Amino acid sequence: MGGMPERIQVGSADSADLREQDLLRRVQAGEKQYFYDLVKPYERRVYTAAFAILRNEADAEDAAQEAMFKALTHIQQFRAEARFSTWLTQIAVNEALMRRRRAHSEIMEPIGERQDEEGNYTPRDFADWREIPSEVLERKEIRQKLTDAVAALAQKYREVFVLRDVQHLSIEETAEALGISRASVKTRLLRARLMLRDLLAPGLNGTWFGRVPFMKGNKPW
Amino acid sequence: MVVNCEHVWKEISNYLDDDMDAATRAAMEAHFKECKHCMAVLSGTRNVVELYGDDRLFELPAGFSRRLQRRLAQPITSRFGSSRTFWTLAVAAMALMVGSFSLANSSVFRHPNVRSKLAQPAHEIPPSLMVAVSSEGRVFHVPGCKYLHKREGESPELMTASNAIKEGYVPCARCLRQYLSAEVECPRSRHGNELAQSTAEPVAPGPGF
Repeated sequence: MGGMPERIQVGSADSADLREQDLLRRVQAGEKQYFYDLVKPYERRVYTAAFAILRNEADAEDAAQEAMFKALTHIQQFRAEARFSTWLTQIAVNEALMRRRRAHSEIMEPIGERQDEEGNYTPRDFADWREIPSEVLERKEIRQKLTDAVAALAQKYREVFVLRDVQHLSIEETAEALGISRASVKTRLLRARLMLRDLLAPGLNGTWFGRVPFMKGNKPW
Repeated sequence: MVVNCEHVWKEISNYLDDDMDAATRAAMEAHFKECKHCMAVLSGTRNVVELYGDDRLFELPAGFSRRLQRRLAQPITSRFGSSRTFWTLAVAAMALMVGSFSLANSSVFRHPNVRSKLAQPAHEIPPSLMVAVSSEGRVFHVPGCKYLHKREGESPELMTASNAIKEGYVPCARCLRQYLSAEVECPRSRHGNELAQSTAEPVAPGPGF
């Protein structure tokens, strides 16, 4: 890659799609120096997708970087029928899944993995949360609790939840990225949301405990 | 339409995503007004979706962007040295595999295909039977067989049948006819068995002597 690329100016916030298409055309035409500009808006998304699967910062970063590099290598294979962000996320998910298989980290899958997906899930906590002020996310320990909770979910629920609710992919995009049916995405998403609600209710409903309940062996399911 | 709590829990995710028909939605809303528990489940689940949907939750590790840019700046072919080297190695490996496969299937390594009953290997011949071979042919005979071709003045060499087989000689279809059988299931393994037996048995003159 050459020296510093000429920065492409954005006309307005609404032109993000046009900008992306322009960058994409340039990169596919061989101007690889624009690739980082193309993927920059999705850095966090790609990293989070990898983190949802690998549950480890260093591994997630490696996988995310490798996914981006693979995307660059295979940029000619991208077709405009899909959204670029979905394509990128799919590569990250595949890369992370491959690494997870290699590391045999399935052994560490604890919560909810054996649950019957077809059966109904019954919430166990009926305390009213009320509204949680978004300022709580300014607190690092709260962010950590939320990260821990999602990391404690079984793989199949965690990956659906992260793609759908953290990365805001649609049901279809999530299904496509994970290679599962739309119905499975919806079932797993429901369970993931309800499990997280149960896990976090004791803390977000009042005071946070020193540790989230499932870490004390008190598994609700 | 009336819905119960279980139905609400099952549909609560679709409710939040606004992925349901109007009648079910209206029924659920009516239920929420009546049921404190389901209302608590709804507000909690909505909080989960809102909290996790916030960009601030998952932070990129410090220096992530810098490291990513550095990674992307690496030549695409760097993992294999160069694409030319990679493809050269790939082609060489493929050629080696094809060559090995062909060699393994060539007649040199396969047991020869038998063409007639009389051309069967000598699997019935007693290993200790003394047979005669000459430098001219690849056939072993009962000593004295008139079909033993030898140079003028040459004396046939005597050896046990097992050794003759081991050296690649085949039995004479005439003088050793009685030992040849067309029914051979696994000639190579039978040879192995005979040779194993021949080492265990003392060498004794066979019926041809």
